[in-house]
Amino acid sequence: MTGATPADAAHDHAHHDHDHDCACGHDHGPAKAFDTAALISARGLTLLRGDRLILDHVDVDIHPGEIVTLIGPNGSGKTSLVRALLGVQDLNGGEISRVENLKIGYVPQRFDIDRALPMTVARFLALGHKAPRATLSAVLAEVGAERCIDQQLSELSGGELQRVLLARALIANPELLVLDEPVRGVDYTGEADLYALIGNLRAKRGIGVLLVSHDLHVVMAQSDRVLCLNRHICCSGVPETVAQHPEYMRLFGPETARNFGVYRHHHDHAHGLDGRELPGSHGPSSHNHDHGEPL
Amino acid sequence: MIEPFLLRALAAGIGLAIIAAPLGAILVWNRMAYFGETVAQASLVGVALGLLLNIDVTISVVITTLAVAALLIVLGRQKLVPLDAILGLTHHGTLALGVIATALIAGPSVDLMGYLFGDVFAVTTSDLWLIYGGGAVVLAVMAWLWQPLLRVAVHEELASAEGVPSRRVRAAFIVVLALTIAIAMKIVGVLLAIAFLIVPIVAARPFAATPEGLVVTAAAVGASSVALGLTLSSNADAPGGPSIVLCMALIAGLSLAISSRR
Repeated sequence: MTGATPADAAHDHAHHDHDHDCACGHDHGPAKAFDTAALISARGLTLLRGDRLILDHVDVDIHPGEIVTLIGPNGSGKTSLVRALLGVQDLNGGEISRVENLKIGYVPQRFDIDRALPMTVARFLALGHKAPRATLSAVLAEVGAERCIDQQLSELSGGELQRVLLARALIANPELLVLDEPVRGVDYTGEADLYALIGNLRAKRGIGVLLVSHDLHVVMAQSDRVLCLNRHICCSGVPETVAQHPEYMRLFGPETARNFGVYRHHHDHAHGLDGRELPGSHGPSSHNHDHGEPL
Repeated sequence: MIEPFLLRALAAGIGLAIIAAPLGAILVWNRMAYFGETVAQASLVGVALGLLLNIDVTISVVITTLAVAALLIVLGRQKLVPLDAILGLTHHGTLALGVIATALIAGPSVDLMGYLFGDVFAVTTSDLWLIYGGGAVVLAVMAWLWQPLLRVAVHEELASAEGVPSRRVRAAFIVVLALTIAIAMKIVGVLLAIAFLIVPIVAARPFAATPEGLVVTAAAVGASSVALGLTLSSNADAPGGPSIVLCMALIAGLSLAISSRR
């Protein structure tokens, strides 16, 4: 790597750390080609803030009908990566290839509309999309929030707001859904329901899903792949593989790694929904697999 | 028989109330009320500049307002102190500079009170042309930008992700805001100009269910306050601009009191 750009210089530096700090052992050789089967394919995304490295040569691919979960500690660059994939983040290096006219539905992490702005759910859904009321209620029904259609946004509960935001993301029939920490501010049962809903949407619409999660010990069962981000992609794979990856344990601590679980929304909702370790219900014993089963 | 000067004051005030409503809504929804206040009060520097260079005060006020807005955006990027402290600094610093500069340039005989609080009864026919002509331009631009402005106010990042050019939309809004402040200054002066934008929105909020409903109600509150304020002013011989703003504030207070009891 002898490039003269600042991004390359920073990369060399980071790579140096990498050798003794990261057990993942993947190499950051010459950039790989874009994955042409993917909806969106990113190579070598690099972002600097001042002289701090936020993203270090990150590669991401999301395929149609695939659920990819992005996890990482606070400050690991999750939101920057999401912004880059959405095309609203200037980057210092890297390239993103999207299928032609890729429509992305986006559910932001925070949504605190000013109470001085009166707006009903129907109006919010129709902002920028001229859709008849029947379409609006159909999308709301799909996410289980049809009764909210004439409510003011400021009157919604956390769970209702999440569903309305999801409906907003779906209204333009996207091929890719990007959800930034969708379960924030939702209680545990609501969280399980929301994950079930996202799984249903994937099955019904065949869309790709990128799910960002701060919840390090509970990852959605239907995730096809988990990407573990800490400035660079530390490890990736099916949820159980990632949970046992040494890099994952190093990042989040053995305790979190032991508590790692997956939602199985079909049955045993009770297990681990409170987030605590329930002996015998999580960890290796729960590996007699039902993850990824068809809906 | 209403005196012509009173009719001109009424026409000017009602015109301003209508122009101000959509801008005030966007300021409040984006939590930019204090930003608006700061650029408006900085416009006194523009008055001094106009007197110094012997150019039309409206032009120098628009230019100064835009320069201060740009300065605020640049200063807002530093991370040591929060934005409201920067606004406080700019607000008082430019007001002090404006008062000193106006007094030094125009001499001790200058009508500082006129610039600070306006003189609604001194509105001329050419001022009315400025208010209605400039106002038509402001309203046309606001109508054209309304959907993107609304989407940015709802959620800037979501709007950007959906392809709204948020930065350009905001920049265009600030230009329109500067023009509105220059117009408002003629009537209520630099200290009260932003009240015309903010206070009617507060008064109208409890009675609106849609963004546009809020704007129309606010315009009606503003226009009624102008009529009430001018009546109060001509009967009690009180200053015009402050009388209008006082009526607005009373209506807003009453409105909030009623809505909190419901």
